[in-house]
Amino acid sequence: MAKHETPLLDQLESGPWPSFVSDMKQEAAARAKNEKNVEYQIPQDVVEDLLGVLELSYADGTTHWKHGGIVGVFGYGGGVIGRYCDQPETFPGVAHFHTMRVAQPAGKFYKTDYLKKLCDLWGFRGSGLTNMHGSTGDIILLGTTTPQLEEIFYELTHNFNQDLGGSGSNLRTPADCIGQARCEYACYDTQDLCHTLTEEYQDELHRPAFPYKFKFKFDGCPNCCVASIARSDMSFIGTWKDDIRIDQDAVKGYVNGDFPPNAGAHAGRDWGPFDIQKEVIDLCPTECMRYEDGKLEINNKECTRCMHCINVMPRALRPGKETGCSILVGAKAPILDGAQMGSLLVPFVEVNKEDGYAAIKEVIEAIWDWWMEEGKNRERLGELMKRQGFQRLLEVTGIKPVAQHVQEPRTNPYIFWKEDEVEGGWDRDINEFRKTHLR
Amino acid sequence: MELEEAKEKIVEVLTKKAKTKSKFYFNDLSKILDLKPREAKKLVTKLIETEVLEYWSSGSTTMYGLKGMGKQASAEHED
Ligand code: HEM
Ligand code: HEM
Ligand code: SF4
Ligand code: SF4
Repeated sequence: MAKHETPLLDQLESGPWPSFVSDMKQEAAARAKNEKNVEYQIPQDVVEDLLGVLELSYADGTTHWKHGGIVGVFGYGGGVIGRYCDQPETFPGVAHFHTMRVAQPAGKFYKTDYLKKLCDLWGFRGSGLTNMHGSTGDIILLGTTTPQLEEIFYELTHNFNQDLGGSGSNLRTPADCIGQARCEYACYDTQDLCHTLTEEYQDELHRPAFPYKFKFKFDGCPNCCVASIARSDMSFIGTWKDDIRIDQDAVKGYVNGDFPPNAGAHAGRDWGPFDIQKEVIDLCPTECMRYEDGKLEINNKECTRCMHCINVMPRALRPGKETGCSILVGAKAPILDGAQMGSLLVPFVEVNKEDGYAAIKEVIEAIWDWWMEEGKNRERLGELMKRQGFQRLLEVTGIKPVAQHVQEPRTNPYIFWKEDEVEGGWDRDINEFRKTHLR
Repeated sequence: MELEEAKEKIVEVLTKKAKTKSKFYFNDLSKILDLKPREAKKLVTKLIETEVLEYWSSGSTTMYGLKGMGKQASAEHED
């Protein structure tokens, strides 16, 4: 028998999809049974009370969580988010219900024994409920009490080789795609870059001193599996400078139906025979491809590296060999001022492991210096860029304006040149000028 | 700037404002110290380590306050 009646939540279980309500009930039942005889360190019925307070919120249309708090582990400004319930007498199990963010391993590679151990720890010292993974990428441990925080932190850092992630006004846990570990499209080693920068910027991650949150995300190619272009203040997207590699025989193979297009994806329905003109050439956003007399040609100068043709015919087409990444900046969710996608700042930079990614760090640090000094409280980088202009961003990063910075003529703000930026300047003789132009 | 001097300045201003405000943005602290953010951060971090200051977090934003001052109430604009 459930501790609280939850008719409104029960209704959510009636749809065709898996329901978080069912998951919570399952965990509530498992804790009540306690088959492993765990000495629970927080109330055994925490999940029942969580269901109860959520039901109450559905019924009265208001949240019963207070906002924020002074909790954390010593010396860390992020990684723990204090949550207190404003109905502690009715729902004592969730009177304290703090969230912990645990940095996920690069590419989210786990061994099952690690996951089991982590769940055991969390069942023992927390609610047992997790969110794998939050939108920042972290392992989210949902709900524990203040005295458990240091204990869990000690376990994580000493026995799990694991650290807390970011929250608050700091660098958030960097996240990357699976990259070269599994994916042949990867144009650089996303895991190494993600891991290296995470280690390098520990101070920014754990000791918040930014105006607001800051996110890095790393995608190995423009398919953008971690959606860095939309979800991070700075996104690193793999790309290439030279030509798409074409295997003409394999192209013919696709045309003849020897291989399924899209590596067999979208196979749930009969799309008819593969039509290279309709499915590839006509869909190229820059119209830079043609297929004539059994030969595929690409005008690479016009290609925007959208990945479409490569995704459709992965056996025949591959990214070029001169690879690196593009850096885009300023993406954010809509809290203030509307959602924004990243703007291209660096069209191409070498991703150089040998020198510790010096070129990339230089851009990062110039941006932080600017934003830390000029950013208003709770202003994201994308908002500062809008307020002070893209040109100011170019100045502070020392990056020269190039054609790629212009989305299309007359839509971006114009780049205005200063006299000292133009060879020869534009000094004029005002008297000469006034001879032909009256005041 | 020496740590002692930073501590004095910050404790003085934060104590003076304690009646109306118990949480401060990092920017407020670097203004009190009149230092660039990176320099200010080094000192502020030490003040956290020595438990003069403490962090407060909403989850998305972090603020600073004198240790033990300004409990939850001020987060909810009740005082
Ligand atoms: C061959 C002659 C001209 C061409 C090709 C031309 C072209 C253009 C273009 C492409 C724009 C930008 C439109 C946009 O923002 O999308 C523009 C704006 C404008 N043009 Fe012209 N234009 C010509 C002559 C003139 C002349 C003779 C005048 C006035 C004496 C004039 C006044 C303006 C004004 C006031 C704007 C708007 C500027 C702004 O809002 O920033 N144009 N023109
Ligand atoms: C109507 C209810 C709620 C609203 C309108 C709301 C709104 C928000 C907003 C606007 C943010 C800032 C997100 C950002 O800066 O990107 C946020 C962050 C957060 N909220 Fe809520 N919230 C609600 C309920 C809750 C509840 C019930 C919890 C947990 C018990 C919660 C936990 C969090 C956490 C952990 C964050 C930090 C996430 C992050 O910064 O990535 N919220 N919320
Ligand atoms: S973003 Fe590109 S490289 Fe990374 S996993 Fe996705 S397809 Fe592969
Ligand atoms: S990657 Fe995109 S833009 Fe480039 S040739 Fe293929 S379809 Fe066209």
